[in-house]
Amino acid sequence: MTTAKSAAIILAKELRLEFRTRELLTATVIFALVVVVLFSFAFDPTAAESRRYGPGLLWIAFLFAGSLMLNPSFAREQNNETLDALRMAPIPGFAILLGKILANFIFMSLAELVLVPVFAVLYNLSLAGIVWRLILVLVLGTLGLTVTGTVFSAISAHARMRELLLPLLLLPLLTPLLIAAVESTASLFAEQPALDRTWLAFLTGFDIVFLTASWLLCDHLLEE
Amino acid sequence: MKGRIIITALVALLIFCAGYTALFVAPDEATMHAIQRIFYFHVASWNAMFCAFFVAFYASVAYLVTGRRKWDALGVSGVEVGVMCCTIGLITGPLWARPVWGIWWTWDAKLTSTFILWLLFIAYLLLRGLVEDPEKKASLSAVFAIFASLDIPLVYLANRLWRTQHPQPVIAGGQGSGLDPTMSKVLLLCLFAIFCVMILVLVDRYRLELLRNEAAEFRYEIESRGLDAADDAATAALQKGGQ
Repeated sequence: MTTAKSAAIILAKELRLEFRTRELLTATVIFALVVVVLFSFAFDPTAAESRRYGPGLLWIAFLFAGSLMLNPSFAREQNNETLDALRMAPIPGFAILLGKILANFIFMSLAELVLVPVFAVLYNLSLAGIVWRLILVLVLGTLGLTVTGTVFSAISAHARMRELLLPLLLLPLLTPLLIAAVESTASLFAEQPALDRTWLAFLTGFDIVFLTASWLLCDHLLEE
Repeated sequence: MKGRIIITALVALLIFCAGYTALFVAPDEATMHAIQRIFYFHVASWNAMFCAFFVAFYASVAYLVTGRRKWDALGVSGVEVGVMCCTIGLITGPLWARPVWGIWWTWDAKLTSTFILWLLFIAYLLLRGLVEDPEKKASLSAVFAIFASLDIPLVYLANRLWRTQHPQPVIAGGQGSGLDPTMSKVLLLCLFAIFCVMILVLVDRYRLELLRNEAAEFRYEIESRGLDAADDAATAALQKGGQ
């Protein structure tokens, strides 16, 4: 079976599993909301200030929520040793990883779809006129987050204290992504919204580098 | 053993010479005076750090390609020694910056990148501590080391782009272009001396890791045999009780 086809099957399985309970999505959205609300107590957000801090705050909330949400991706395969069953299937190893990356990407995007409008309302930012450009930035940033996060979820699944370990591994690695995503979001929320090409190129580069690395290393990641 | 003692003594002599020349032979810097002498150790520890992390990166790739445990041992040794050099650099840096720049720390591209580098490899060491299975530990930490190494240029690039867009208020302490000839000779000696210390520690750490692996294997074997013996004894006792 081709990689694409088997990845699609894994993706369907992940989606089916999640939409039976929707517990991961609900918890992620609520967690990110809690972070956003807590920030409003830490920094008193006036309109001018939320333009300055807003993008950073939004991405920090996404990164924190992502580092928690991605943890069960491989950890829940441990309970009944279902990862071994997946590995035994006659499909390329990368298909397992790719299916999970895509599933996490969809979950994270759905969470963002709920969070961004709420955030815009709470912090008094206007989304009018920048929606498509914002979606482009969100897609590129979320892809980088889910690619590295899914790989590290496979790593931390084998460790003790995995819930604590995943953010420790993931967040320092994501600092370049954070800078690029925040800067490009900030240029969209500015008085004169503009798409910052340098940072978009950087985000794309980040995604390509780590997607390639996961493709090259996935067999070592999943081996028994 | 004798060879190692001689080599250690030679490196000790070398580092003594380096320290002596850095403190007493190198000329006084025009504006910073004595405080500038920390430069010889600061730069040298960064140099050693990059070499150590490069060894770790190379060993991680080699482990994943060959699957031989000695590369894993070299990888963890490289990271540990690199983190040590990085810590020295991160301590000597602020000590130098405080009197010269007037601040301990600034979120400049180089400083920030190094700090992230330090955090990433500390996370690597944590990861190794938290995975039980030795095979898994080796392959997972090698994958992580490769990801972390790929991230470093990106971190640096991002910080450079970011900081050039927002001009910095406090950057005065860059080394002026062109060093005094004596200074550059002393610097070369210090670079070499610290590099030798790094290699010495690295090799020792590598040997220690190999010994640890061996000890763990023996312990595992003893335990499995011991359990078997206990099992047999228990079965025998049960049979006796049954009769």
